[in-house]
Order: sequence, then structure tokens, then C-alpha cells
Amino acid sequence: MSEPETVQPRWIVEAEIMPRQGVNDPQGEAVMSGLRSLQFTGTQRVRVGKLIRVEVTAASEADALDQGTRMCERLLANPVIEEFVVSAARIG
Amino acid sequence: MTRIRAGVFSFPGSNGDHDALHALEHDLGLSVRRVDYRETNLDEFDAIVLPGGFAYGDALRCGAIARFSPVMAPLRAFAEEGRPVLGICNGFQVLCEAHLLPGALLRNRTLNFHCFWTHMRIEQSNTSWTAGLANADVLRLPVAHGEGSYYVEDGQLADLEREGQVVARYCSPDGTVNECANPNGSVASIAAICNVRRNVVGLMPHPERATNSLIGGSDGLRFLGGILKTALTAAT
Repeated sequence: MSEPETVQPRWIVEAEIMPRQGVNDPQGEAVMSGLRSLQFTGTQRVRVGKLIRVEVTAASEADALDQGTRMCERLLANPVIEEFVVSAARIG
Repeated sequence: MTRIRAGVFSFPGSNGDHDALHALEHDLGLSVRRVDYRETNLDEFDAIVLPGGFAYGDALRCGAIARFSPVMAPLRAFAEEGRPVLGICNGFQVLCEAHLLPGALLRNRTLNFHCFWTHMRIEQSNTSWTAGLANADVLRLPVAHGEGSYYVEDGQLADLEREGQVVARYCSPDGTVNECANPNGSVASIAAICNVRRNVVGLMPHPERATNSLIGGSDGLRFLGGILKTALTAAT
């Protein structure tokens, strides 16, 4: 009898990438002025970043998070101007 | 005397490669060749230019994907040997993403794509590309970019200033550096920088699009012409 295939769990890794503190964010400023003109008068500050969702296979949550972190460090984020937070959710 | 050989990179999405080839060949008299992004040998060249455009459609960030092109590995070695490398506009963004130059380029302060003539004042004439110019020379050059706002954090800006890596700043026609003459919100009005070794230079304005009065100006020729002096010095 052949050995059963080892199927690694599948995960959605999300990288939330935001402009670093002190980095100008003219998009955020433009969005804020839009919100204010829509009478959201309590709007104090807006920062616009990006969310990147990657499907991966990984043995554990720690492994999935580690993959996401390395992806951010190598490509998804530019540490000169951006910071990131990685999360992982199992989908199968 | 052998002619200076310059290679101009061509990534998928580059659009300034032919402008650069034309300027270097017809206006400066160099021997030129377009270098495909998949090539892996740059031994034949005396200088490399990374042109403007939108490499890989600027996906993710300007220059972020182009940085992983096969041609970038030999470029790193080329730069480390001290040979001249110039990044124009998108080429500048690629060099920053590849960490061959410090800093990053952000969206213009106005969020508009800027396509007009600017002036820049030369701050450092002792780089491979500005050797034909004098400090405080003012060049009139066009810009064409949406992400040209140069950024480094304050501490690193101080390092760049101290090391003399700020090669040129945006200025008014008379050479005054002020915020009105800064088209994109770059820190310290920076238009061009170089690496510590001074052989890798990046700038947002387009010298290759200002090489003949017929196309609006010829100051770009004064900038690119610096490579003749550098190559001559290297040969002697």
C-alpha cells in the first residue's frame, strides 16, 4: 500500500502595508479632504496603504507567518518608506 | 581611440530606452547597444544607463519587480567595480529598489503626473556623470513622472549631505533652491543623488530628452557629456 500523500494545510496570509511614520502620504491627505467635504467632520487623519493577500501552503501558522514576513522583507514592502503587519488564517 | 561603449537597459515597460540610445549615439557619439533585461553579461560596456518608463507596469511599486530581472545581477557587479551607471526617472527608481542608491521615490506631492521643464542646480560635479559640469551650474531639463518625490529619513539625509551624495537639486532658473521650484515634494529639493563611490547616479529629470535645441533644449547633453570626461580619465 502506498503511503498517503502529505497534504500541507492552506493558509491566507495577509500583509497590511502602510507608509511609515513621517513619510508623506498625499493620497491619505486627498482622501481626508474628500471625507471632510462629505461632512465627516470628525476625520482627524487618513493614511492610505495596501493589503496584499497571498495563498500559501504551510505546516503551521508560525510557518505561514514566517513566509509572509519574508515576502514582505524581500519584495512586498519597501522598508525605506513602508511598515507591515502580517496575519495568517487557515482555509483548508 | 576606441569609442566609449554604453549599454541601455530595456525592461518590459521601459519607454525611454530609445531616447537614451539616440542621445548617446547621435548626440554624444558613443557606441551603444540596447541591453535586454534577460541578458547576463555586461563586460563589453564602459557605462550603463537605466532608462525611463514603467518597468513591469510599476506593479507593486516603481522598480520593485524590475529589480529582480536577470540583468540586475551583472549590473551590481558592474557598479561594484566602479564603472559608471546612470538611472534616469524609472531607472532611478529601479536603482533605489535594488539598493544601489539610497532612499525611495514616492508619489508626487500634488498626486499629478508632472510633464514639464524644470531647472536643477549641480551640487556635486565630482561624480562619473557630472564630471563635465561645475558646481552651481543650472541645467534646464524636462521631467515626466508621477512618483518623483525623493525620500530618505532625516538621519540618512544628513548622511547624504555630509558625504556629498546630493548631486543636484531642483531650483528656479536663476539657481535659487526653494519649495516653489520643487515640483514633486522631494526632501531637500533633491533631483539627483549618487552612491558613496560616486559612480552610480540617479536623477528624475530627463537629460536624454534635452540634447538638441530642436527638441526644446540641449542642457541634457552637458549632463550626459560628463561620461566622456570620466571615460577619458579612466583610460589614461
